[in-house]
Amino acid sequence: MGTEGADAATRRRGDMAGRAGLVALVLALLLLPLVGGRYAQYVAMQVLILSLFALGFNILFGYSGLLSFGQAGFYAVGAYGCAKLLLLKPSLLFGVLGGAALAGAAALVLGVLCIRHTRIYFSMLTLAFGMMIFSLALKWQSFTGGDDGLVGIPRAPLEIPGILSVDMTSLGRYYYFVLVVALLAIALGHRVVHSPLGLTLQGIRDSETRMAFAGVPVRRYRLIAFVVAGLYAGLAGALLPPMENTVTPPVAHWSTSADPVLATLMGGVQSFAGPIVGAFLYFMIKDLLVRFTEYWLICLGIIVVVLVMGFRGGVLSLVEGRWRARRRGGGAR
Amino acid sequence: MGTLAFQGLIGLSLAMYLWLISAGLTIIFGVLGVINFAHGSLFMVGAYLAFTFYGLLGFNFGVAILLSLAGVALLGWVMERFFLRALYGVDEAYQLLLTFGFVLILDDAVKLIWGGVFRIPPIPAFLEGSWFVVGRPFPVYNAFIIAAGAGVGIVLWLGFERTWWGKTVRATASDREMANAIGVNVPRVFSGVFMVGAMLAALGGALGTPVRVASPGLGAAMIIQAFVITVIGGLGNLKGAFIGSLVVGVLSAYGTLLFPVFELALIYLIMAVVLLVRPQGLFAR
Amino acid sequence: MSPPLLEIQGLRRTFGHLAAVDDVSLTLEPGVLTAIIGPNGAGKTTLINLLTGLLMPDAGTIRFKDQDVSRLPPHARVRRGLSRSFQIMNVFPNLTAQENILLPALARRGRTHRAFRPLEGEREAFADAEEILGEIGLWEQRGSRVRALSHGDQRRLELGIAVATRPELCFLDEPSSGMNPVERQAVLGLIRRLSAEGRTTFVIVEHDMDVVFSLSQRIVVMNRGQVLADGTPAAIRENRAVRETYLGTET
Repeated sequence: MGTEGADAATRRRGDMAGRAGLVALVLALLLLPLVGGRYAQYVAMQVLILSLFALGFNILFGYSGLLSFGQAGFYAVGAYGCAKLLLLKPSLLFGVLGGAALAGAAALVLGVLCIRHTRIYFSMLTLAFGMMIFSLALKWQSFTGGDDGLVGIPRAPLEIPGILSVDMTSLGRYYYFVLVVALLAIALGHRVVHSPLGLTLQGIRDSETRMAFAGVPVRRYRLIAFVVAGLYAGLAGALLPPMENTVTPPVAHWSTSADPVLATLMGGVQSFAGPIVGAFLYFMIKDLLVRFTEYWLICLGIIVVVLVMGFRGGVLSLVEGRWRARRRGGGAR
Repeated sequence: MGTLAFQGLIGLSLAMYLWLISAGLTIIFGVLGVINFAHGSLFMVGAYLAFTFYGLLGFNFGVAILLSLAGVALLGWVMERFFLRALYGVDEAYQLLLTFGFVLILDDAVKLIWGGVFRIPPIPAFLEGSWFVVGRPFPVYNAFIIAAGAGVGIVLWLGFERTWWGKTVRATASDREMANAIGVNVPRVFSGVFMVGAMLAALGGALGTPVRVASPGLGAAMIIQAFVITVIGGLGNLKGAFIGSLVVGVLSAYGTLLFPVFELALIYLIMAVVLLVRPQGLFAR
Repeated sequence: MSPPLLEIQGLRRTFGHLAAVDDVSLTLEPGVLTAIIGPNGAGKTTLINLLTGLLMPDAGTIRFKDQDVSRLPPHARVRRGLSRSFQIMNVFPNLTAQENILLPALARRGRTHRAFRPLEGEREAFADAEEILGEIGLWEQRGSRVRALSHGDQRRLELGIAVATRPELCFLDEPSSGMNPVERQAVLGLIRRLSAEGRTTFVIVEHDMDVVFSLSQRIVVMNRGQVLADGTPAAIRENRAVRETYLGTET
């Protein structure tokens, strides 16, 4: 009874600390354009975009047990989709939500092909299909602009017909748009992960056979997880074109697929916040590495090997472990 | 008609490189249960090593190939013995992630060690020239590649069907606990198989030295193709890998000739069709 | 007379040249606790796998509550009221005991797809889980992760997951395997208790003769893929063929 009390108290204190940190973080993000320059906003947007990308990836990997090396394919569908839609009709919501929806549709189609296989086979297939989308982006000149990609994509105004129309040309305005979209998507993700569906996906990760014998059609839920991950990847990708006014094929390359994988590994696979923390860490580390050496991929590769060999829970599990150990050391054993 | 037949032969020689890398990949999967994402990188390192020995240091072509095989075998041994082995009890996803980490390291390491783009070294003298096939000059070297690929196929088949080592490996592949129980040193079999697989990839890379420039992107390009072939032929299935390589090689050759824009898409389309119709591969048991 | 719970007709499944299940026909009535016994390789596990949907038959039919389920996938059979437990423990290792039971409870109520409501809001499923955790004696440990539970507790959890789908017919594959005598008695008592409630008919596959003879009201003996004998424990004990091929080697 004593240990249970101490554990619960630790958890409560951890929760409060977490919640306080979260509020502080959101406040900092809200105030950023007032204190930081263009570059800071730019970096923050990219971290937020990667957070969404990684969040979706981890719903598939950490929560459902499916490791995908091809998420950049859906990221690209979101990006190119948004770009095409904006060139068609310059309305921000139309482009961004439309791009995400297109990515979700692509995930549905490809998911049906990939989902029915064992996990290893699945991973291999996702890499292949991701690169298929890359070669499409590269070769289909007439539609995607080929090597040069799509240019001149407008940072369209945020329009809800009849209600409002907000001009988005200032970077600060677009920053707030990205922030709000990201926060909403993260909150939604949090909801989903702590819902019955979230538990079901975790059950599938832990034992598919047992899930089948609990009465759950496992394939259907794998597909759901895959589509959700595709939607998040697509949303992340769709936020790119209005920011940079251009989309090029590298967004679909397997090295882009590696970004959410590495971010999640660094931050922690087993928690909701892991991918988000990891996105921030990954961005910072990559930025640092690029400044020092041309061969930053080797460094990242070494980080992956080290994490996989010894720190599979990522930074967050290290932090959690240290926190628990400290509490235990202070109280009764 | 002659053009088609000729292009088919070109495709056949292309297929042999694919066969070598796919054979290695599928053997490693069949026995260890691991998909080695770094297999394309091993192919690439084999190419770079052979180029170094033959093109830069002037060794005899055959010697250069042997040295390249030895180098990659050593690399493969290190990868399996000191890294992969530690993860055998852990979730397979982490084994994949490990090999993925190796890809990042190797693909950049070749840039670091070898730097920029090189010129292709000349074809060894005794393999120069062309034979005339259907009225066109067909390089002797391509014929050599076809022969080499077929030769490897025969050696592998004999090795797995007729030798004691081959039987041991097959037993381990089908039931590793049982093999362990009858006294097979399973970890050593795993290391050996990994090295053989790595050497096959290296051979593919090395043989390409006089006709293809070694570049840092080679690894990634090869692994994707190997994956597609494996889907078509079936994972762990040597016959499937061979036929799959023929399909992809010959179709690529025809694609380049007839539908240059959508050549790659054609291969992926076939992969998608196989996945829909016969998901375990055309030659799965 | 209510229809039989399970009707198996001419069931057959081969692996290569070996007929693991060879022309088996059997009828199970509700409420009769049945044991399936036989030497290794008799086909017991294959039979269970065929009945629960892990394997598809080469020939023959399986009718559950008068519906043909021969080729249905496992989850469809579970939805109809046919479940199983596993010999090699098949629980959800990274989840808590409560979550392990919640999952089949949620599935039974069709709530697994709910994505926008918090898990805590599923009061009915939680109530179901509470009831079952109480029945299997794991209520106190409901918050513990499965890894932290003892082997015996995990076995009881395994049983709990199987009955959490409120099946009418439940196959238990060697439920007491790997247990010490104390744990074994506990599990047996549990099965006896659950069986007495009348909701679920249990069929157990067992090697331990004490368990078999103390628990079951009917025994089916298999050998080489076929049914060798079928009757009450007393009748089976007297059966010469059974004694020769099987019981003779047991103490």
